[in-house]
Amino acid sequence: MTATPGLMARLGDLFHRYANPGRFLRLSARLQPWLTWPAIIVTAIGLGWGLFVAPADWQQGDSVRIMYVHVPCAWLASSGYFALALCSLLSLVWRHTLADLAAAEIGPVGACVTGICLATGSLWGKPMWGTWWVWDARLTSVLVLFFLYLGHIALIRAFDDQQRGYRAAAILALAGAVDLPIIKFSVQWWNTLHQPASITLSKAPTMSHEMLWPLLICTIGFNLGFVAIIIARLRAAVMENRIRLLLSAPAARGSSSGSVTDRSKDQGEQVA
Amino acid sequence: MTHLPYILAAYGLTVAVTGWLSISAVLRLKKAQKRLAALEASRDGKRRRETT
Repeated sequence: MTATPGLMARLGDLFHRYANPGRFLRLSARLQPWLTWPAIIVTAIGLGWGLFVAPADWQQGDSVRIMYVHVPCAWLASSGYFALALCSLLSLVWRHTLADLAAAEIGPVGACVTGICLATGSLWGKPMWGTWWVWDARLTSVLVLFFLYLGHIALIRAFDDQQRGYRAAAILALAGAVDLPIIKFSVQWWNTLHQPASITLSKAPTMSHEMLWPLLICTIGFNLGFVAIIIARLRAAVMENRIRLLLSAPAARGSSSGSVTDRSKDQGEQVA
Repeated sequence: MTHLPYILAAYGLTVAVTGWLSISAVLRLKKAQKRLAALEASRDGKRRRETT
């Protein structure tokens, strides 16, 4: 019975130690170039390979090349939302500012990636299916994911008290995580126009290696790029928080101490 | 029917959106770094003046 609270406390300590904004800024500044440059190089190699070198499909022709941007974005849309839900959970359990900021920064980037996934899917669907859009389970569940991202962005900005916005958005993000298994299994649970997964963990891929390699390289590049963008945005957000704190410090000293809530004080200490 | 316009549109859109996200993140970071450095420098200067 006591093991779970003990484990939670240890996890909390670990999280607080490594999620300290000052330590995060130092660590992320060192990490940033090691993410950014590989992301640019690997993505450029993957896209060039997919566009110019990889073979055309015997059935789909050259339009299969859209797969090298569509599939990595689709995977990233889901994994990005998983990261958003995880940050929301950390925020609700340990109430750490860095988790709130990370969730706020993942939202817009995840929405853009999901938007690209939907748009490139539509551009692939038109020559293959003869239509830009069908209300099938896979497409609709990804559209729901896009709206969840938009809802998260809107909810963070919907309250005058930023903390209430973070709490409400975190609850939405956690509730919305139910969409992730629906997206994953939609092509198995329902009869969809969208094809089933060509790559699974349990079976050998059903596509040729000449197509698989550029796809995997694009996926690695897109993932590195996603993390690099999030870290850059998060570093900026932590600095902006510190700027707000420095600017508000003289005003806070001038006003009565009762106007500053304990929670705000605690956050100020965390950010500083 | 050629699929080239669809392929170019998909790649163009992806590169444009990710490029915009990357550039806006870098610009925001540079701006925040500059502003924070200026604020901390002015705060340190004020502290030094107070101690002397």
